[in-house]
Amino acid sequence: MNISFLMVALVFWLGAWALNEYLVRLEPENQTVARGIDLFVPISFGITLLVIWEFVTKGLNVSPILLPPPSMIWGRLLVSGSILWADFQQTFLKSVLVGFVAGCSSGFLVAIAVDRSPFLKRGLLPIGNFVSALPIVGVAPIMVMWFGFDYQSKVAVVVVMTFFPMLVNTVSGLAAANDIEKDLMRTYASSYWRTLFALRLPAAAPFIFNALKINSTLALIGAIVAEFFGTPIVGMGFRISTEVGRMNVDLVWAEIAVAAVAGTCFYGVIALIERKVTFWHPSVRGGRG
Amino acid sequence: MFSAIMKSKLMQGKTLPVLIIVSLILIVWYVMAVRLNTPWQLGVYERSDVTEWTTSQFINDTLNQDRPVLPSVHQVAIELWNTTGAKFGSCWGKASDEQSLGIISKTWETIVCASTSRRSLIYHAWITLSATLLGFTIGSVLGISLAIGIVHSRAMDKSMMPWIIASQTIPILAIAPMIIVVLNAVGVSGVLPKALISTYLSFFPIAVGMVKGFRSPETIQLDLMYTYAASKSQVFWKLRWFSAMPYLFTSMKIAISISLVGAIVGELPTGAVAGLGARLLSGSYYGQTVQIWSALFMAAALAAILVSLVGVVERFATAKMGARA
Repeated sequence: MNISFLMVALVFWLGAWALNEYLVRLEPENQTVARGIDLFVPISFGITLLVIWEFVTKGLNVSPILLPPPSMIWGRLLVSGSILWADFQQTFLKSVLVGFVAGCSSGFLVAIAVDRSPFLKRGLLPIGNFVSALPIVGVAPIMVMWFGFDYQSKVAVVVVMTFFPMLVNTVSGLAAANDIEKDLMRTYASSYWRTLFALRLPAAAPFIFNALKINSTLALIGAIVAEFFGTPIVGMGFRISTEVGRMNVDLVWAEIAVAAVAGTCFYGVIALIERKVTFWHPSVRGGRG
Repeated sequence: MFSAIMKSKLMQGKTLPVLIIVSLILIVWYVMAVRLNTPWQLGVYERSDVTEWTTSQFINDTLNQDRPVLPSVHQVAIELWNTTGAKFGSCWGKASDEQSLGIISKTWETIVCASTSRRSLIYHAWITLSATLLGFTIGSVLGISLAIGIVHSRAMDKSMMPWIIASQTIPILAIAPMIIVVLNAVGVSGVLPKALISTYLSFFPIAVGMVKGFRSPETIQLDLMYTYAASKSQVFWKLRWFSAMPYLFTSMKIAISISLVGAIVGELPTGAVAGLGARLLSGSYYGQTVQIWSALFMAAALAAILVSLVGVVERFATAKMGARA
C-alpha cells in the first residue's frame, strides 16, 4: 500500500469536483464560453476517473491481472497495434458494418411494405414488438453453425439483431406525420410515393435515427458475442475470450478500449448525421440554444 | 369472397392477422427445415443403401433427424416438454411413497427433483432467472439513485450524463468474460458476476428514463409545491416520484429484457456449467441443434413472462394511483 498515491487520487478528485461545482454555477454571457464549460465539465469528469483509477491501482498495489492501470493499457495499445488492427478489421469492418447496413435497410424496406398493407401492420407489428424484447443474441450459435466460423455468421447475427428495432421504429415513425399535413399533400394530389418521400419519411427521420443509434450498439454486441461461439483466430470477441484465459488482461483492456472508441465513434457519426438531417426537430433546435 | 373476409370484423382486430402471420411463419419454417436438412438426409440414404423412398417418407425423415441443421417446430416442442413437463412425470414416479405426509411431501419432492435435475430446463432457466432478477434489482436501484442525484445536482447532471450515454455505446458484453474471470480470481463466483453484467446493462434505460420522469412535472405543479413551502424531499416524494411512474415502468420493461440478455451472455465464458447460456454453448459445441433451439425458446418465454409481469405491476400501480383503466 502506498499512501501518497492514494492521497494524490483523493486530492485530485476533490479538486476536480470543486472545480466542476464552481463551473456549473457560472452563467457566462458569452455563448462560446458557455459551450466550452459544457464540454469541459464531462471531460474533466472522465479525466478524473482515469487519474483515480491510475493512482488507486498503484496505491493499493492491485495486481495488474485483476485491474491494470490505464498507463499500462495505453502502453499495450501502442505495442500491439497490429493485432488490434487485424481484430478491428475482422469484427468491425467486415461483420458489424456489413451486417448493420444489411439489417437496417431490410428492416426499413419491410417497414415500408408493412405500411402499405394494413393487414401486415396488424399482423406483423405485434410480432415485431414481441421479438424485439427477446434475447436475440441467442441465435448466435445457430448462425455460426449455418454460416461457418468466418465473418458471414457474424453478419447474419447482426442482421437479425438490427432488423426488428428498425422495423418497429420505422413503422411508428411513418405514423408520425399528422393528419393536417397529410391532407395538405392530398390537396396537392400527390401520389403515395410522393407523399412518402416529401412528407412522411422526413417526419419519420427522428424515429429512424433512434433505431440507427440503438442498432449501432446492438450490432457491435452481436458481432462480439457471436465470436464467443466460434471464429477464425482473429476478431475482438475471440481475442477477449482467449486472452482472458491467458491472463493477458492488459491486452483485453486495450481491446475493450478499441471497442469503446469504435462504438462511440459509430454512434457519434450517426448522431452527427441526425443533426444535419433532422435540423428542424425541437430536440436539435433546442440544443443550439 | 376474399374481400368479404378481409373486411370482416375479425380481420379488423389484431388476433386473426397475428395468427395468420404466425401460421405462415410455421409453414415457411417447415419448408426451410425440409430444404436445409435434405443434403444430410440424402447422405444418410446413400450410406445405408436406401435407393428408393417416397416423398412423404423423405419429408418425415428430414423433419426428425437427430442433429438437424434446422430442427422442426415439433422437435423443439417435444424437447421442451421432455426437459420441463415430462421431468415432473418421471420424478413423480421416482418419489417415495413412504413419507408420513403422503401426497404433499411427494409433490414437494417431485418439484424439487424436477427443478434441480441437471437435464431439466427449469433448473437452467432458474439459474439464469436468478442472475437476471438480482442484476435487474441492483440495476434499478442504481439507476433510480443516479437519476435522483442527477435531477438534484447540476454538477452531476453536467458531468455524468454524457458518460452514462457514452457507457452504452461501449459494447459492454465484450467485457463480460473478463468481469466473470476476474471476479472469480478474487473469489466472487456464482450468481453475482453474472448479475453485475445484467446490472450494467439495465441501469442505463432506468437512469435515463427516470431523469426524464423526475423532470416531467410541469412548472405549474412545481410552483404549486413552492407555494406550499414544500421542502425538496417533499417535492420529490409527493410530486416527482409519482409523475415519474409511467417512465419507470416503460424503462423497467426494456431493462428487464436486456438484463436477461446480460445474464445469458454472462454464462457463456463460465465454461458451460449451468444456465440457458451454458445450454446454448454446450449445444453449439456438440452440434445439438434441438437443444440450442429449446434453450432459445425457453429464453424467449422467460423474456415474455418477465416483461408481462412488469406490465401487471404497472397496471396494479397505476390503478392504485387512481388512473382510469
